[in-house]
Amino acid sequence: MYKSLLDICTVCDSQGLSFWEAVQKEDAKEQNIDLADHFNMMKNLYLAMKSSNDKYDEKIKSTSGLVGGEAAKVHDRRLEGKLLCGDFCGMVMEKALRISESNACMKRIVAAPTAGSCGVVPACLISFQEKDGLDDDEMTKALYVAAGIGGVIACRASLSGAEGGCQAEIGSASAMAAGALAYLQGGDNKQICNAAALALKGLLGLACDPVAGLVEVPCVKRNVIGSVNAVTSSDMAMAGIYSKIDPDQVIDAMKSIGRGMNPSIKETGMGGLAATPDGRAIREGLSHLKM
Amino acid sequence: MNLFDIVGPTMVGPSSSHTAGAVRIGNVCRKLLGEPVKYADIYFHGSFWATGKGHGTDKAIVAGLLGMAVDDENIPHSFEIAQQKGLEFSFSEIDLGEVHPNTVKLILKGVNGKELEVVAASVGGGRINVSEIDGQVADFSGEYPTLIIYNQDKPGLVAKVSDMLQNRSINIATMQLHRSGRGGNAVMVIETDQEVWPVALESLRAMDGVDKVTYYSLNDM
Repeated sequence: MYKSLLDICTVCDSQGLSFWEAVQKEDAKEQNIDLADHFNMMKNLYLAMKSSNDKYDEKIKSTSGLVGGEAAKVHDRRLEGKLLCGDFCGMVMEKALRISESNACMKRIVAAPTAGSCGVVPACLISFQEKDGLDDDEMTKALYVAAGIGGVIACRASLSGAEGGCQAEIGSASAMAAGALAYLQGGDNKQICNAAALALKGLLGLACDPVAGLVEVPCVKRNVIGSVNAVTSSDMAMAGIYSKIDPDQVIDAMKSIGRGMNPSIKETGMGGLAATPDGRAIREGLSHLKM
Repeated sequence: MNLFDIVGPTMVGPSSSHTAGAVRIGNVCRKLLGEPVKYADIYFHGSFWATGKGHGTDKAIVAGLLGMAVDDENIPHSFEIAQQKGLEFSFSEIDLGEVHPNTVKLILKGVNGKELEVVAASVGGGRINVSEIDGQVADFSGEYPTLIIYNQDKPGLVAKVSDMLQNRSINIATMQLHRSGRGGNAVMVIETDQEVWPVALESLRAMDGVDKVTYYSLNDM
């Protein structure tokens, strides 16, 4: 795993590789897997992401009853042409809800990087594929870009809400998706890294404060902000807007903010939204969910 | 950690620690028992007890005991499947003290009467750690074939064990040593890159100073 985004870019320059190839080559070597097999493993994950989107069932609810059916509402409004954010962001929003609601309802998803943030990367990638008609191999390359960015974040900071708050989950997922979208739009390495940095910067400090400790409220809807934030960050980077703070240093900032966060907002279900009167009332109302 | 820990695994939700990790703990326990589970008394500690029902931890651990993988779409139906397969189980709360918040203790009995007690934790991202087997220290992840060798603490035994593994072209990935005190009871926990064959296990068991060898294989039973 690479220790910095700069390392990936340096390998690309010295070996004449593209971003995704540098990520693939390093991991395939470390795991002693043939490059073609490694590619197929990543492609299968992309296909599993598409399947998690396809298998959404708007009629089911999570065990707690708090989550389910919301993606269908966005879908209807999108088809009516009433979404203020436009059709592409509407597609992204809808898929983020479909996949993260499915997760809450015990359906099969791909953790990317975590189960709680599983809607962000596929919402962005699948929507882009639907818009541009790219084949699954090209999408797999974009997934390598996302994974490479996530790997650097895992090495330098954290991907766990318990360690770094929601910025480490939704923030990281958003950075991964932003970099992948920049790649798909033909961005160079600088644009890929800056898209990721801009996305992460926008979500620094995000608390992990799940109501009743469940991966439902606010997690499902935070997948929407993570994915839409990835779209705008990629757009900014492609327009030539760059982060004034070096992308690796943005990741380091995420780590230090995570360290300074109060434990009540690090996946304990004690602070933030979980501690509001409504959050507490929901928790009380779920006493039937005791084992 | 590798790239497929960053994107992946494919799993049934909602939580890598409370759902996928619980399935994996069930899987490891089933393999350690070495036969289908007949009775399982499951004691949840901390966050597993407090939020387990909402995360499907109860269904997940039973699914794991039945041999389901983390991406098996039948995980939500594991209770019904357990009933069909004759696996009986119970859930209780337990306070295990200063351990990881997602810790569980399982007391298992197999269809042929084998018994096993395991303490394991889900430590994040679907990764697990088995900390105790039958009341003795274990400490392994279940990601590698693992030898747990209970032995007497005396000079040369570690070298003999590693020699034997080397002779059979088995590479040691990680190795830990624990002991009750100088010259007392000791435990070697060895994660290997290759599977350890039964004949190698027999020669380990026959070694002077070795009291007991437990082997965890990645192969399905």
